[in-house]
Amino acid sequence: MVQPGEPLVELKNVSMTYGQGANAVKAVDNLTLTIKKGEFIAVVGPSGCGKSSMMKLISGLKPTSEGTLTIEGQPVKGPINKVGMAFQASNLLPWRTAVDNVLLPLEIVQPHRSRMSKEKAAYREKARALLESVGLGGFTDKFPWQLSGGMQQRTSICRALIHEPEILMLDEPFGALDAFTREELWCATRDIHQKRGVTAMLVTHDLREAVFLADTVYVMSDRPGKIVKVQHVDLPRPRDLEVTYTKPFQDLVHELRSHIGKH
Amino acid sequence: MKNWKENILAPLLFTIVLLVLWEIACRLFSLPATVLPTPTAIAKAMVQYWPAIWQNGLQTLMTTLLGFGLAIVFGLALGIGIGWSKFIYGALYPVMIAFNAIPKVAVVPILIIWFGIGTIPAILTAFLISFFPIVVNVATGLATTEPELQDVLRALGASKLDIVRKVGIPRSMPYFFGSLKVAITLAFVGSVVSETIGANSGLGQMMLAAQAGFNVELVFAGVMALAILGIALYAITAMIERRFTGWAFRADGIS
Repeated sequence: MVQPGEPLVELKNVSMTYGQGANAVKAVDNLTLTIKKGEFIAVVGPSGCGKSSMMKLISGLKPTSEGTLTIEGQPVKGPINKVGMAFQASNLLPWRTAVDNVLLPLEIVQPHRSRMSKEKAAYREKARALLESVGLGGFTDKFPWQLSGGMQQRTSICRALIHEPEILMLDEPFGALDAFTREELWCATRDIHQKRGVTAMLVTHDLREAVFLADTVYVMSDRPGKIVKVQHVDLPRPRDLEVTYTKPFQDLVHELRSHIGKH
Repeated sequence: MKNWKENILAPLLFTIVLLVLWEIACRLFSLPATVLPTPTAIAKAMVQYWPAIWQNGLQTLMTTLLGFGLAIVFGLALGIGIGWSKFIYGALYPVMIAFNAIPKVAVVPILIIWFGIGTIPAILTAFLISFFPIVVNVATGLATTEPELQDVLRALGASKLDIVRKVGIPRSMPYFFGSLKVAITLAFVGSVVSETIGANSGLGQMMLAAQAGFNVELVFAGVMALAILGIALYAITAMIERRFTGWAFRADGIS
């Protein structure tokens, strides 16, 4: 068992190529980084820089072409259910209520899968509690189309968390939301990370979002994605939205901006 | 009932206006009853020949529903197969398109050679003509499952079967029920076409016999019966669709 603060995910000289032969496109190149247990990292960069490819690598959905990738010291060879994912589109199933959407991973991941029929009520209660913890207490039995965009995204994040994954992966999860809802969800995500001590990886192109939420921000270059800057964010936690208006915060954002689109 | 003006009054009014215009046109131009009988004459014929219309109508309804039932079973199975695997898709799709391009009228004589004049060719024609839209729609529903959602599930270790069962099939249900509305009317057309070519009973056969005897009123009474039966079948299918995939007909959300 990896203790908080110890390395959980390690990438060493990892590259990944899509396609073969003349059509091969290198998505990420020579990535080396370590994600510590409980750490919140953010990956920022221009669009098409391989941020999402990096997520697919770590979740085991795509194999590495070169280099080594380990989680808890074990090489990643295929999908590992230690990961929970949420994307820009909430991708909730419209024929299920919020609570049933959150339960979906438990119907797939072992050992929950075989316990599902016996302990349905307990699991349901757990899903309800999780939704309540992100402020959706009164909406557990609503269908996705009865929820606002922000609520749908909260539900989607709950779905990513229900099986208690080691790593929470967020691929531009707030990209489609309006500015105020987005800030609300930053705080919700901050609280989830704080309370559950989950390791989180956020892919975004919003630098303020990255600095507000993350302990470490990685800036990636244009394709093929390389890490061009590693920025530690030392702002004290818990962070309040007010911090985004302070000088140190803005200096950090400014500093990161200067590394984007430059090689 | 909500919206009864749009849903009941408007179509009823339009139909009545249409019939009245028809009646007036027939009388105004004094069209002979052998060319176009008036609606009142057709109504009279419907009352007069009611036992025959009722019996043959039941026969047509039976062959239509049996053919439709077969189409649902095979259509669902093939649709899931084609949506599931690119290989099955590649193997079956061209053949199915070729088969669908054949006018089913051309198949009826073959069916009659194999099964004799009667009920079976009508059932099979109804089946053959109506299963294609079901296959295409179910396959489309399956094949368009969002890649991100598949990633979410695959990252959890979900198998292809899991994804199809939990997401693909429920997701394709609105497509499936939508296609049923098309399929039921097609099945009906198939039955009647087959009955018109070779059968001992059914509305198609009844109309053919009436035509041979210059009983034009009965031919039109048959047309009316077909139209009414067609609407009824469509309405029932549409109701089933709403009952089972209500989530796809979303009401206004709270935001």
